[in-house]
Amino acid sequence: MKAPTTRARVPLGRIAAWAVLVVAVVATVFPFYWMVRTALTPAADLYSDATGLLPEHPTMINFLRVLGLTSRQEARAAGGSGAKVDFLRYLLNSFVYCGLITVIQTQCCAMAGYAFARLRFPGRDLVFGVLIAALMVPPIFTLLPNFVLVKSLGWLNSFAGMVAPSVLMTPFAVFFLRQFFLSIPREIEEAATLDGVGGWGMFWRVVLPMSRGPLLTIGLTTAVWSWKDFLWPLLTGREEETRVLTVALGIFQQQAPNVQPDWTGLMAGSTLTVLPVLVLLVFLGRRLVESLNFTGIK
Amino acid sequence: MGANRVVAAPRRRDDRAVAWLFLAPVLVGFVVFYVYPTGLGIYYSLTDYGMLAAPNLVGVENYRELVEDDKFWNALKVTGYYVVLNIAVQTVLALGLAVLMHRLTQSVAVRAMLLVPWLVPNVTVGLLWMWMLDANLGFVNHVLGALGLGATGFLTSPAWAMPTIAGINTWAYTGYTALLLYAGMLQVPRYLYESASLDGAGEWRMFTRITLPLLRPVLALVLVVSLIGSFQIFDTIAVTTKGGPVGATRVIYFYIYEQAFANFRMGYASAIAVVLAVLLGVLTAVQMRLLRASRSDLA
Repeated sequence: MKAPTTRARVPLGRIAAWAVLVVAVVATVFPFYWMVRTALTPAADLYSDATGLLPEHPTMINFLRVLGLTSRQEARAAGGSGAKVDFLRYLLNSFVYCGLITVIQTQCCAMAGYAFARLRFPGRDLVFGVLIAALMVPPIFTLLPNFVLVKSLGWLNSFAGMVAPSVLMTPFAVFFLRQFFLSIPREIEEAATLDGVGGWGMFWRVVLPMSRGPLLTIGLTTAVWSWKDFLWPLLTGREEETRVLTVALGIFQQQAPNVQPDWTGLMAGSTLTVLPVLVLLVFLGRRLVESLNFTGIK
Repeated sequence: MGANRVVAAPRRRDDRAVAWLFLAPVLVGFVVFYVYPTGLGIYYSLTDYGMLAAPNLVGVENYRELVEDDKFWNALKVTGYYVVLNIAVQTVLALGLAVLMHRLTQSVAVRAMLLVPWLVPNVTVGLLWMWMLDANLGFVNHVLGALGLGATGFLTSPAWAMPTIAGINTWAYTGYTALLLYAGMLQVPRYLYESASLDGAGEWRMFTRITLPLLRPVLALVLVVSLIGSFQIFDTIAVTTKGGPVGATRVIYFYIYEQAFANFRMGYASAIAVVLAVLLGVLTAVQMRLLRASRSDLA
């Protein structure tokens, strides 16, 4: 038991530690706040209204013009370059790109992971070993030949070409899901076998329904990475019809109306890349945060 | 994750037919988009391929040119500079943040907020900081001005550009790294801290005597993974400095990109990519060793 006198002592160390943590959180969040604040500021005010925490004349015009909901004259008057921008389309393209890769890749890798974990066939361990060795090849290395391949297939500026290299698999997802399937107790499947469930039905009706957690974890990881993709979609999907948000921002940045970039428009566009992430965090934050342990490293 | 148990099968089974069906999509993707391009990349590196005409074999000519290419050596140097700055600062900050979270709060909200910069595209991060650091209108320079300091063109000065890029990416990845380390710390049994506390050990002593030694396998793994990622920096530079000013941020990845898609020298770009692949291959091999080691230690 501590003496009563020490109870009154202020835990200075703890307060300092909390202060540091709060500073870290503020330093992390503030730039995003400033992004939204800039997006809500009229371009003409950028110089005169540069440091206030709230814009003096808040406006939605920057969002409306980058979403292509204003006329080009209005967009130019609000600080745009006058070039066609349609972030609504790019947002949809991003969802299509991200969705295709996430859903199909997770499904295919789950099937393969199950085969490697549970099915018996000659060459299983050899094939798995080769697959894992591919983790050592950095993406830039396969990127150049894959670009040549997609180009020669005539798949440039199509979703087929954009998702082709990653839609069927990544070695990591196969590895991750195999590890999970190995950890399921065999008794469950043995019981199902007695009920006459075969290999195919076993996977779909018994194993998959038990695996929602890990599937969601790997799906989320894949979704985040494909949401962040820039170089590959830039090379293979620059055109309007397939342009995703990250590529659109890169192009929009270069269409500066004058020497200064169109900051208010850029920040409105940038906000659109962050909003879906926030929605994801609100609904799946706990799972996302807790899925990050060192086995989940990519 | 569970250990790879070897269990005797109740009877000899051969699921060959179903198995190949299950594996078909992954194998197609693997052969067409991993194996084939890997071979092709090595082949390109021995040719003068420029995407317009068919490739001609030129032997090790590209590699010979590489050795004498000042820009290549500069790219390696600049990348090394970035990696050292980024990894050193990021690892120390992340370790500090992880300890704070571990000893203060289990809050999911705090962790979620720290994760946001990692969840958004690097393009967004690059643009965001380009705006924050803008020499005329940026928030940071306004603050510096208010403190009586002159405005700095963080991304336009050759001396400042690389440290600034390193700072931006450190901002983007520290929270993520901290969360990985925090997850490692959760595996350290709580009673160790309780008994150390009863013995009168302070926080610093607990950190150096309990947390750090037990975290070492996880820390080593996180370090290698961060290194591998750090060597591949591209997006942030592509939207901010584009390799400039005067090559100060032309990292190896960006140089490959320039050679391949601005100069259309696919063969030469492939040779640089081979060098980078060897470098990263060694690091990944280390990573996989550590992954196994950390399993047996903490699983």
